[in-house]
Amino acid sequence: MEIRGIGCIVTGGSRGLGAALGRRLAERGARVVLVARSERELREVVEGIRAAGGEAHGVAADVADEQAVYAAVSAAAALAGPIDLLVHNASTLGAVPLPLVLDTACEDLERVLAVNVVGPHRWTKAIAGSMVLRGRGLIVHVSSDAAVEAYPRWGAYGASKAALEHLARVLAAEIDGTGVRILRVDPGEMDTAMHADAVPDADRSTLADPDEVARRLVDLVERAEELPNGARVEALRWKVRDGGDEPNERVGDTRDEHRERVGNVRGEPAGNVRMGNVRTGNVRGEADEREGNERGEREGSERGGRVRRADEVVS
Amino acid sequence: MKPATWPREAPLDNRLLVIDPRAASIDDAHVRDLVRLLRAGDLLVVNDAATLPASLHGRTAAGVPVEVRLAARADGGRWTAVLFGEGDWRTRTEDRPPPPEVAPGARLVLGGGLGATVEALHPLSPRLVDVRFDCDGAALWTALHRHGRPVQYAYVRAPLEPWHVQTAFASRPWAVEMPSAGRPLTWELLLSLRRAGVGLASVTHAAGLSSTGDPRIDAALPLPERFDIPARTVEAIVATKRRGGRVVATGTTVVRAVEGCAAQHGGDLRPGEGVTDLRIAEGFTPRWIDGLLTGMHVPGESHFDLLRAFAPAALLCAANDHAERAGYLAHELGDSTLVLAA
Repeated sequence: MEIRGIGCIVTGGSRGLGAALGRRLAERGARVVLVARSERELREVVEGIRAAGGEAHGVAADVADEQAVYAAVSAAAALAGPIDLLVHNASTLGAVPLPLVLDTACEDLERVLAVNVVGPHRWTKAIAGSMVLRGRGLIVHVSSDAAVEAYPRWGAYGASKAALEHLARVLAAEIDGTGVRILRVDPGEMDTAMHADAVPDADRSTLADPDEVARRLVDLVERAEELPNGARVEALRWKVRDGGDEPNERVGDTRDEHRERVGNVRGEPAGNVRMGNVRTGNVRGEADEREGNERGEREGSERGGRVRRADEVVS
Repeated sequence: MKPATWPREAPLDNRLLVIDPRAASIDDAHVRDLVRLLRAGDLLVVNDAATLPASLHGRTAAGVPVEVRLAARADGGRWTAVLFGEGDWRTRTEDRPPPPEVAPGARLVLGGGLGATVEALHPLSPRLVDVRFDCDGAALWTALHRHGRPVQYAYVRAPLEPWHVQTAFASRPWAVEMPSAGRPLTWELLLSLRRAGVGLASVTHAAGLSSTGDPRIDAALPLPERFDIPARTVEAIVATKRRGGRVVATGTTVVRAVEGCAAQHGGDLRPGEGVTDLRIAEGFTPRWIDGLLTGMHVPGESHFDLLRAFAPAALLCAANDHAERAGYLAHELGDSTLVLAA
């Protein structure tokens, strides 16, 4: 999808991956609307983009607020519409410290689902119709490794991301052929304020620069047509087409490399045993990244290392 | 005809009055029957304007209550608006007291502290004014959506929520009242139509206010309205006619956008934005639109006059009588009509 001139909405756009994406998209000539709860934080990012010559607008909204959705989407369409790109990036961890499933309060699970699943659904419903009617558009769902692997304490968040992804897959099947595309992205572990809050003692040199991830995602957006509708992409394994002249700094370790280097952090054995490369379960020891988290809840995560699946590329 | 007082839960259950002007027939159906009433090769054109919550309540500088109902976005940051007096939608429009008199330069303070200045009064009526808001860009659009309410009328049973006044494909907030002909079109139906070979296309048309309570303004409605026809839609309409398909407009706003555009270009369609003040009534020969999916319109409304460009008055009146007897529901939340030769 050609990025120049298109209207984009990025939720969770006031910091981290969302802000980096906003900057990169605006740099490529997109008309960017950043959405987040904090008007003040949004303004800083928007002003930075404008100072660099890009077009950006900030619309303050809580993605889970049913009243706010139509107002925000309509405002975004007025400012930069029609909207051709929607990035579901805002998310919440839920209660912290991250509880075990059996200790997870039902209300907290409902809230995580409300923000991470129902919220994006509201925005998709408000925007995708116009895309289908015009025969063009792309909806990107920022997800997580926690949607795929069963990491102790990541039940609510992981389940919510798995639900988000599956809903996206079904949507892709339903609107296939209309010209509107759906993508799911695992951005990998990034060095953001959110991550630092989540895992204060992480070795930051092992984490990806969110701007680098954003660079890859922008390339992915441009080449979305090359992938099956509904495809899942790991950002850190996406090869940017023309390489650019930027050195590929701080891409971040792949998970295997990380596990080799870091091993288990905090070493809580959650009852899973790993034998060589046979995966019998996962204990997640590496530092984790909660990108785009608008809610401010954070926690150190108890994770062991894990093994990458051989088939885990693009599904 | 009784108005519908609330949106129906299952829009596809909306009744559909089918009028065939060539066969001079009137049939009862439902919106879901559009799948068999439209054929492969036909084109359904909808208005993808989102509905702006255009009713703003506030006070004059002297503290007198006033309602500002936005009518249209004008050039240079101005908005055309109709002023209402005290009260709100719960009072019938014709029973609302007149608004306070304002002069150019008058300040208005609207919800949430949103300020505006009256810049001009229209010759048509002192209630029709041009205003300029104190802010613009994201701040203005956010404020309008936060403090504005959807325009609605007294026959509606409760305050409408934002999702009640948007179609399933709404995009840019150009409409001050919902382009309601598109209300019953769910994605279930639209994708079924698409699978059946019926094309879908869009225009964006700034649907305006339908009633102001001021006879001078009402007689002039619809005011000139902005439209935007994408190149893709022009291509689709032309291709449909060329292959003998039927172009069905969803709503009078689509008719006005397409025929208004054509009238300005010697009958041709040109992509892009424009403004139309075209009045369509009996005697007007549509060049591009073959049929119309719309609401229930009764004689005397300007919408009814527009229908007369598609079907003889006698047939329309007979259909209206039938609809009354059969209990069809009127107005923007009500049932639907399809005027289309088979």
